[in-house]
Amino acid sequence: MSSSAKTRKEKPITTLSSPTVGVDKTGFWRTFRPEVDGSKCTRCTLCWIYCPDGAITREEDDSPKIDYDYCKGCGICANECPVKAITMVREGE
Amino acid sequence: MVSIKELSKEEYLLKGHIACAGCGPAISLRLLFKALGNKVILVVPACCSSVIPGPYPFTSFAVPVQNMLFEATGATASGVVAALRQRDIKDVTVVGWAGDGGTFDIGIQALSGAAERETDFIYICYDNEAYGNTGVQRSGATPYGAWTTTTPTGKKERKKDIAFIMAAHRIPYIATACPSYPIDFIEKIRKAKEIKGTKFIHILAPCPTGWRYDTSKTVEMGRLAVRTGVWTLFEIEHGKFKLNPPSSRLIDRAKRKPVKEYLTLQGRFRKLTEVDIEKTQKWVDEDWERYRKLASNQ
Repeated sequence: MSSSAKTRKEKPITTLSSPTVGVDKTGFWRTFRPEVDGSKCTRCTLCWIYCPDGAITREEDDSPKIDYDYCKGCGICANECPVKAITMVREGE
Repeated sequence: MVSIKELSKEEYLLKGHIACAGCGPAISLRLLFKALGNKVILVVPACCSSVIPGPYPFTSFAVPVQNMLFEATGATASGVVAALRQRDIKDVTVVGWAGDGGTFDIGIQALSGAAERETDFIYICYDNEAYGNTGVQRSGATPYGAWTTTTPTGKKERKKDIAFIMAAHRIPYIATACPSYPIDFIEKIRKAKEIKGTKFIHILAPCPTGWRYDTSKTVEMGRLAVRTGVWTLFEIEHGKFKLNPPSSRLIDRAKRKPVKEYLTLQGRFRKLTEVDIEKTQKWVDEDWERYRKLASNQ
């Protein structure tokens, strides 16, 4: 099965679905945007393990990088950060 | 003991899945894949997790998944295990991943059958205490007093004790977990993988949509459930009952927070009266008395 197919029409007729990053651009759901203050971050990686969307990736030095295309803005990372290095900012500000 | 930093950076629940913001089951799924990697076949009945990966012909699961009918998780998993055995594939773990409706109510006969046949698989029930993906209806797992669309004035009955129903099947491993405690969660799944036979893991997965609380509080809500004693972390390994930390430190009633703290934070318990809260507290204390006896008998 071709995994390069991007639309329904390009797909062969099958009952199988192919794994795809970005089934939906869920970043559009967001009202509040998490922002990381790198100077406060202790690289504990708790935000990474608790993110329901896998939108936080761990860099080489374990600091978090947020993928705003997919972050839904739930705010779990900001709530769980032990040193309050993540703040939620309203979109458009 | 596992540490969070040792865990793989690889993701098998891909970005862009369509779970609600702050979804507890989505955190649980990520933790499941952190524990087992991609050598896993999921059997998923109708539940939130059959919606989370998104519409056909795409999916956010990067592992093989068999979507199945609501009642057939246990039976389908038995079939997958038999097929793997026939093809002599030994390094793949079969996981039944079902919601509370698919476990407590609709899927219990297939699960009971699979446990009786000693099918070698892990059955995980992620419990958000209602039928979530159809818009929050009452299930056998909904606790006393909780609002759902089918119990607008609060449920009048108590929740089933599914872990002990499974314990009556004398299966080798039963555990409870919560995504708020990721290390405990991952260790239990890895332990279950090493044991032969049917393994049952019951997960409390807080649901902001159904429980009516702010999306940022999912992890906090799970933690509060454990600290108030509403949810208990334990395992029953070959019939031996054991409380796990932090629940093992909460046997003394004075160390547990009052359940009121947990109940008042959730919109679904808004209609509870003081009498109802006292009733819930009494039931929680009775459960803990039972756990204390079980733990001290070992």
